[in-house]
Amino acid sequence: MAGKEQAKRSEDAHKLKKRNFWSGVLFGIGSMAFVDEVIFHQLLQWHHFYDLATPQVGIFADGLLNSFAWFAAIGGLFLFTDLRRRQAANMRYCIASILIGAGAFQLFDGIIDHKVFRTHQIRYQVELWPYDVSWNLFGAALLIAGISLVKSAKERRSV
Amino acid sequence: MIHHYLGPVEPWFQLVSALLLAWAMMFYPMLSIWTNERYKKWPMHRYVYWFAGVIVAGASLVGPLANAAHTSFSAHMTGHLLLGMLAPLLLLHGKPLALVMRALPTNAARRLIRLLNSRFISFASHPVSTALLNFGGLFMLYRTDLFIWMHQSTWIYALVHIHVVFAGYLFTWSILYGDLTIHRHSFRMRAAVLIVALASHKVLAKLLYAMPPAGVTTSDGEMGALIMYYGGDVIDLALIILFCYSWYKATAPGRITRAV
Repeated sequence: MAGKEQAKRSEDAHKLKKRNFWSGVLFGIGSMAFVDEVIFHQLLQWHHFYDLATPQVGIFADGLLNSFAWFAAIGGLFLFTDLRRRQAANMRYCIASILIGAGAFQLFDGIIDHKVFRTHQIRYQVELWPYDVSWNLFGAALLIAGISLVKSAKERRSV
Repeated sequence: MIHHYLGPVEPWFQLVSALLLAWAMMFYPMLSIWTNERYKKWPMHRYVYWFAGVIVAGASLVGPLANAAHTSFSAHMTGHLLLGMLAPLLLLHGKPLALVMRALPTNAARRLIRLLNSRFISFASHPVSTALLNFGGLFMLYRTDLFIWMHQSTWIYALVHIHVVFAGYLFTWSILYGDLTIHRHSFRMRAAVLIVALASHKVLAKLLYAMPPAGVTTSDGEMGALIMYYGGDVIDLALIILFCYSWYKATAPGRITRAV
């Protein structure tokens, strides 16, 4: 009986740990999409709402990505609130996974959205490659920082 | 500016809408006050939601915005956001079906429940069906000649508006619940439907930006599409928060979990 209970408790702990990860990743994706919208679409106005060269598949992909990101930002926060309520939130782990989510979104946006689907470009009437390179390097840096933070959080826990 | 080949909407449309709205405003408090004698007091905030919903729907059907919508696509789109997204969200929180159930005599209420339990309602209230009804309807309206016909015949104009408010209501209901709900589905599935549905709204807004319906000028079409995209985002935000909050409440630790 006791063994069964213990097994259930460790299963719950594993579930909550996974929830920590997903809460951060989702929030990271959502907040990066929001930052992209505010800075590059609205403030700088480098990105265009609609670029005449956008193929149909680009419009569909972009719509799905943005709608998912909007949901992810809010869902991630609610998952985090749920973890706080269960006293299972791990800040270090959460911040690390936010960085992973943000970096992954930035890379996905820079490679798939801008280059494969050609939804829109980072900026118009300029030499594009420095923008593309710094965009993707920034994304990769976020991703790597997130992964190394997760590793250090895991080591801290096991000590 | 929408071009002049579009005929004016006959005055009976606004008259009938005003009558229906006044009826909704009167019937709701009548039912709740009447049933207060037998049951727990009907909470005040539900009146607020219901009246707010009726007023928002009213703003898009009669008055200055409705008049402007005949000539301006931006005004038309603002009206549709109010009628198809905001009004349903508010009306749903007035819990009209729960109120009707309270008011009906037992036998009639049983018959209504049997009807709601039927296979047809189970199919029609499925989130995928309501999403198709709602967003498929929008694609039909803006990507076929329906948009022109709607401005040529008051009957079609009326039908489109009835469809917009009902389809919006059913969709919001099938995602959020809130009112009495019989056929329930998992949070995960409803979240997936919601994401795809909101994506299709964004896609349609972009397609309208690139190619407005016949008779709409480019600048007016672009403005209307932006209203659809960003105005939709604001109401989506409320919808997503309410959806996540219902998940948060349903999964509270220590709470006995229901089937869904």
